Amino acid sequence: MSTVFLALQTNEETRPIIEAILQDNPSAVVDEQPAMVKINADGRLVVRRETIEELIGRDYDLQELQVNMITMSGNLDQTDDEIILFWKS
Amino acid sequence: MDMQVAKKKLGLKERYAVMTRGLDWTPSYQKMEDIYPYIAYEGIKIHDWDKWEDPFRLTMDAYWKYQAEKERKLYAIIDAFNQNNGHLNVTDARYINTIKLFISGISPLEYVAHRGFAHAGRAFPGAGPRVACLMQSLDEIRHAQTQVHSISNYNKYYNGMHDFHHAHDRVWFLSVPKSFFDDAITAGPFEFMVSIGFSFEYVLTNLLFVPFVSGAAYNGDMGTMTFGFSAQSDEARHMTLGLEVIKFILEQDPANVPIVQRWIDKWTWRGYRVLTLVAMMMDYMLPKRTMSWKEAWEVYFEENGGALFKDLARYGIKMPKCAEQIALEKDHLSHQAWSTFYNYAAAANFHTWMPDEDEMAWLAAKYPASFDKHYRPRYEFWREQAAKGNRFYNKTLPMLCQTCQIPMIFTEPGDATKICYREVDYKGDKYHFCSDHCKEIFEHEPEKYVQAWLPVHQIYQGNCFPEGTDPTVEGFDPLAAVLQYYKLEHGRDNLDFDISEDKKNFAEWRGQATKNI
Repeated sequence: MSTVFLALQTNEETRPIIEAILQDNPSAVVDEQPAMVKINADGRLVVRRETIEELIGRDYDLQELQVNMITMSGNLDQTDDEIILFWKS
Repeated sequence: MDMQVAKKKLGLKERYAVMTRGLDWTPSYQKMEDIYPYIAYEGIKIHDWDKWEDPFRLTMDAYWKYQAEKERKLYAIIDAFNQNNGHLNVTDARYINTIKLFISGISPLEYVAHRGFAHAGRAFPGAGPRVACLMQSLDEIRHAQTQVHSISNYNKYYNGMHDFHHAHDRVWFLSVPKSFFDDAITAGPFEFMVSIGFSFEYVLTNLLFVPFVSGAAYNGDMGTMTFGFSAQSDEARHMTLGLEVIKFILEQDPANVPIVQRWIDKWTWRGYRVLTLVAMMMDYMLPKRTMSWKEAWEVYFEENGGALFKDLARYGIKMPKCAEQIALEKDHLSHQAWSTFYNYAAAANFHTWMPDEDEMAWLAAKYPASFDKHYRPRYEFWREQAAKGNRFYNKTLPMLCQTCQIPMIFTEPGDATKICYREVDYKGDKYHFCSDHCKEIFEHEPEKYVQAWLPVHQIYQGNCFPEGTDPTVEGFDPLAAVLQYYKLEHGRDNLDFDISEDKKNFAEWRGQATKNI
């Protein structure tokens, strides 16, 4: 499977989001770069709203992630509950 | 950010449908082909525009909210950066030349992208792509503006940036990025989406923004890092638009596949040639390096682009064939580009220099197959000559490639000792090319590329001197007249970094910032 990735700015808002992503994606690997955190995963990566809400203790709209996103790779599908990045092959 | 999340009555999918297709209507007074006149001539067949959906499902109401948040964060940091004389915290003053390259080479392209997406969005009958193009068009003008605002603080202190847009439209090497985008916006709306939306945004943008922005972060430039990341936060959406458009076109009709493949081949190569400037920026202009050009190419194109083209294989799309030549060039590209700019430092809007010993060691480690053999000896010779007072400034004009407009500096694929020349005879004229790929692009659309505004030809034709210049007077100095036409001041905006006002001022100001005088 090819690697999908999501890169986020390194800041206080993304810290719990990255933690949530790592909880939900056991195969995900974190690559910390200057001012940027890149999360790589094999073929599929999911960002779940509920996990983030548990960690930050408030309601969260996944579209808020727009503010801190740097780049990504893979096909994307976003609903109210999750963002999925995936390759089909 | 601690935003209040209101309870929504509709789910994301429903809201997206209501706010895109729900706002669209079928015209009855006018014919569709009169309203959308550019949609058929490229040969792309679309049967059902409603099959296109933005996977982020972003609607205009949410768009304004998040963009406003990005702007607030950005301007708070720009203010802090300026108030604290942030420009004196960069690693060393050589770094500022990357900013000059960016404002004159890249920021004007953001503005052209704004126009391009506005035009493409207007041309598409589908509500989904039209809304996504509208957002991207607004993003692009935001990028142009925030870059001008951030960099204007550097312009107060350093040379060469004072009239970046004037320079963009005239300075010889800036015709490379300018003609790239002019080529894209003068194509049809589908080709524009494949050229900029897909090939540039999806396949190549990581190579521009991620190294540039990480480079800014590594070199203490908080202002640039912040506008870079702010722009980049829009890029994820642009990449998604680019990929979705490609998938949509390919799924609509099998007859679209060969047309799209030709565009991907063409625009991957065109975009890669523009990135020559980024390659030399990464390997030579950042005092503190993040990664080498070669490493960035391997991560972001070979690995990531490889995954992308493997995914697109189910539609019959193949990796662009130019990838093979690019792989052969990756050990040479940045060195050949920097050598050229070192030569032409008298005619550019930024300074160049020779790498020091530590930097040569870094280059040798990153490029074991090429640096010590081909490039170190020439740098050592130039450094020796400069030490003797013979710093070489090339004042003759180079031959340019008719397609990419880069001087013919590149070597044969696989032979770094021989310059690559290709030529084509067309309607009684001879045209020159840097590579087989640029030649093929010309051969497919000669009537477009014969119109290229090539800076060297224009200078020789006398079109790049200030009005009223008489080139026949005795002692006429063509370079001096061209610099006046560029609005660049000889001895101030150009030449070697070592003798520059920037270097002197930066040292003096940094001294003042740390001592009581």
